[in-house]
Order: sequence, then C-alpha cells, then structure tokens
Amino acid sequence: MTEKPDWRPSASLEMIRARASLLARIRDFFRQAGVLEVETPVCSRFGVTDPAIESLTTRYTGPTAPQGCDLYLQTSPEFPMKRLLAAGSGPIYQICRVFRDGELGRRHHPEFSLLEWYRPGFDHHALMDEVASLINRLTQAPLTVEKFSYHEAFDRYLQIDPHTASLEQLRDCAVEREVAGAGELIMDSRDAWLDLLLSHLIEPHLGETGMTFLYDYPASQAALAKVRDGTPPVAERFELYLSGMEIANGFHELLDAGEQRRRFLDDNRRRAATGLPQIPMDEALLDALASGMPACAGVALGIDRLLMFLTGCNDIRKLLAFDITKA
Amino acid sequence: MMCAAIDLFREEDMASYSTSEFKGGLKIMLDGDPCSIIENEFVKPGKGQAFNRVKIRNLKTGRVLEKTFKSGESVEAADVHETDMQYLYADGEFWYFMDPDTFEQVSADKAAVGESIKWLKEQDLCTVTLWNGAPIIVEPPKFVVLTITDTDPGLKGDTSGSGGKPATLETGAVVRVPLFVQIGEAIKVDTRSAEYVSRAKED
Repeated sequence: MTEKPDWRPSASLEMIRARASLLARIRDFFRQAGVLEVETPVCSRFGVTDPAIESLTTRYTGPTAPQGCDLYLQTSPEFPMKRLLAAGSGPIYQICRVFRDGELGRRHHPEFSLLEWYRPGFDHHALMDEVASLINRLTQAPLTVEKFSYHEAFDRYLQIDPHTASLEQLRDCAVEREVAGAGELIMDSRDAWLDLLLSHLIEPHLGETGMTFLYDYPASQAALAKVRDGTPPVAERFELYLSGMEIANGFHELLDAGEQRRRFLDDNRRRAATGLPQIPMDEALLDALASGMPACAGVALGIDRLLMFLTGCNDIRKLLAFDITKA
Repeated sequence: MMCAAIDLFREEDMASYSTSEFKGGLKIMLDGDPCSIIENEFVKPGKGQAFNRVKIRNLKTGRVLEKTFKSGESVEAADVHETDMQYLYADGEFWYFMDPDTFEQVSADKAAVGESIKWLKEQDLCTVTLWNGAPIIVEPPKFVVLTITDTDPGLKGDTSGSGGKPATLETGAVVRVPLFVQIGEAIKVDTRSAEYVSRAKED
C-alpha cells in the first residue's frame, strides 16, 4: 500500500449501478414493511468485546474532548440501534459502513456495508422468514428456503453431535475428513474446531440450490442472542447461507442486562488470555437493557456479499468502488 | 549486505512470516521442505475463528498441496531465491553451474535438474532456484539453440513446414522438425513447449 495507487475504480460502472439498484430495492422493502430507517454514530467510546472481532480506532480532539479521546469505529451498529429500541423506536433498519481490522480476502474487506434491522415482537424464526422474503424480493426468481438447526447440519454432513462431541472428537473428525493441516493445528477451544468444521466441510454445501438457514447455535457461540434452556441449552441465533457463503447473522436478542454484562466480562477475560487488547464495554447499552428493551429479533446482512451472490461476482473487491489498496 | 549479516547474528529466531503476510509467491518452510504459496484464501465465520487456507507448491517435489493455518500463526520463512547461472558441465552425478558475476559454483543433483536435463547446453544461462544456497530447481532458457545429431533425410526442397519428422538433438532431446531440416543443422527450440521455432541461422 506504499505504492502510488491506480486512480481508477476497482468495480465496473455496471457493478456500481447494480449496488445502487440493490440499495433502492432494499429501502423499498422496508418502507412498505413500515420499518423506520435510522442512522447511528460510526464512532463510539465503546467497542465490541468479541475476541473474534477487532475494531479499527480513530481519535477525536475538540470541544468536549480537548485532550483528545480514542474512538472505536463500529463493527456493526447493534449497540446504538438497541438503545433506540429501548427508547421506543419500534421496528428500525440501517444501511451503514462497518469496519473490521485484519479481514481481507475474496469475501472479506476491512470496510464493508451492512444492512441491520430489528423487529420488536419477532423471534428468530419469524425474522428468518422476513429475511427470506426480502431475499426473494431481490432475486430474479424466488429461491427455495431450507432450515437446519446447527445440530442437524453437523449430523447431516459430518455425523457428529456439535453439542456433545469432545475437542478430540472434533479434531479427529477434521483429520479424518482431510481438512489439510488439521492434525497440526493447535486450538484449545471446542468452538474453534467447530468453526473449522463448519467453514471447511459444511458451509460449501449450504445454500447450494436456494437459501439455507442455520439456527440454534451452541450456547458458547451465543454472542448477543438469548439462550434457550433445554438439553443442551442453545443460542437462539441464526445465519443465512447463499452459494456456500455466509450472508446474514441474526439473534433473538438477549434482554437481560446482567447476563449481557457477564458475557462482555467473559469476552474480555478470553481476550486477556490470548493477549488481545481489553475493550471498554458499552455501558450505555447495558443501561438501555436495564431500562427495558422490548423483546425483539435482529439481523445483520452483508450487502456486498449479497451483491456478490446476485451478480455472480466471486471477489468482494470487484464490487467496491475502491478497495483498500486504492483507498 | 553488512546490515543483513549483523541481523543474522542478532536474531536468535529464524525469519518467519505471519499469516497476514501470506500472498502468492511467498516462500515458506513446511514439514522440512521449502514451499511456495500459490493461493491464499482468508476464511472466517463472522463471529468465529479465522483461518488461512493456502495452496502451496513443494519446491523440491513440485507437488501441490493444501493446508489450513489458524490466522495469526507464524510460519518459518524459506531462504529461497532464483538466480541466473551458467551451466558448465556434468560429471555423471552432478550438474555444475556458475554465478557469472561472482564465479561461485554450485552443483545440482538429478532431482534438481529434473526434466531440464534434455535442454542443458554448456555455457547457456539457466534460472537456478537456490535453497540455503543449494540448487533445488534448474530451469533452462526459454529458447535454446541445439544441433541436430540424428533425423531422417526427409524431402529436399520441402520448405512448407507442413508434416514434420522427429529429430534427436545434441543434448538427447527429441523434437518434431520440418522435413527440410537436416543433420548437423542448428535449430532454435522453445523449451516450455519442446517445439521447433526456426533454423538458428534464420534469426
């Protein structure tokens, strides 16, 4: 990135027009559905504690912060949108840029566009249905919809139980199924092995012919989803896959401020254990939850990846006006 | 050069690359062999462990393999570089090459020379891949000029270049040549396709 960049766009003009049309159709969908478009700050004093996500930071100096203060660029607009819900906004959506450090590849870019929306009164199944109807509004012809629980997907493709298998069994499964180099990987968390199996052996089958939703994730991967008691307890979380590509991630949202605080603290403990920086947890979100956020489901959908799917483009960099090497 | 030498003494650890430095052409050590990265794919669930799935060529065997690394891991760098060297001679066991600038000589074994054997002509400049200073791959020049040692007389006067016949060259290589080319003539050959290009004199 030290070389003088080529001034010309990364994306074709056709792709730039396809993006504009996609955004217009998404806004039409939500206008008709009576969901309010909102904007929230891109920069925040608080960051995301999730150890799998690294934030970019910037600095503001001026009135209210004469000495300057560090700000995190959002990795998703989730926290401020939940504060709007707690303030009584009703159903809301947002289309915004989000930022993630360290992520660059055919399906990743450090800066990308997210569509995020929240539906008071919905659970994760009702929201999956709405995601499916949005996608079918955007495709040429309607796609079939299939839903598997996380457990069903592992059982179907790997004949292994993701909730009860030991770390060694998950590792053996990866080795037996010839994930190249799996035998030499050193990973001491079950979830990392589940991620390896899911991303290398299951994802390529998901959304092969239509939409595939995975739902009810291991409680250890709840993120900000509600955990439903049962044997085993599962997180009411879902993801949408199209053509083997993760497109959206949604939650039946956690409402309990105490539980949310415990998860943030646990994230920071896991960060400390792996030498990652500590992130100030969003006290404003915790206060909003404590004041009472309506029961709701929410989802974040990657607009660039959806555009990849709709246009048949295999590299996210080819549909950004200017990718990071040209930014 | 001085700085590099000092660094070598100071750095206890061997040079290494983190997965975020992975890209096509990067040379790394894998299971004791030098390898070159062909393709690097970043794989990461939105909320989960990130991986780098890479396609790698083992430079000693030429074999292509895949491997998945946990993102953030470090991998030992391979001290591999390519340099142009002059082919000197063979003694039956080794093929000897010389750096035309330093006159330093290296010997390559049969595995390193591989298929290139049939194109090696003394004095020709080859591309030699060195690992820790020793040759592991020898590539002949893209075009070589070699003398025909054997071929059927063929038809005199046929200059159309159609048809053709096999011809054995001074290095032992066999290529198809036009009918009008005869024993004792020097021809230009493209070593990548093993195809006749022209008579050497026509250049």
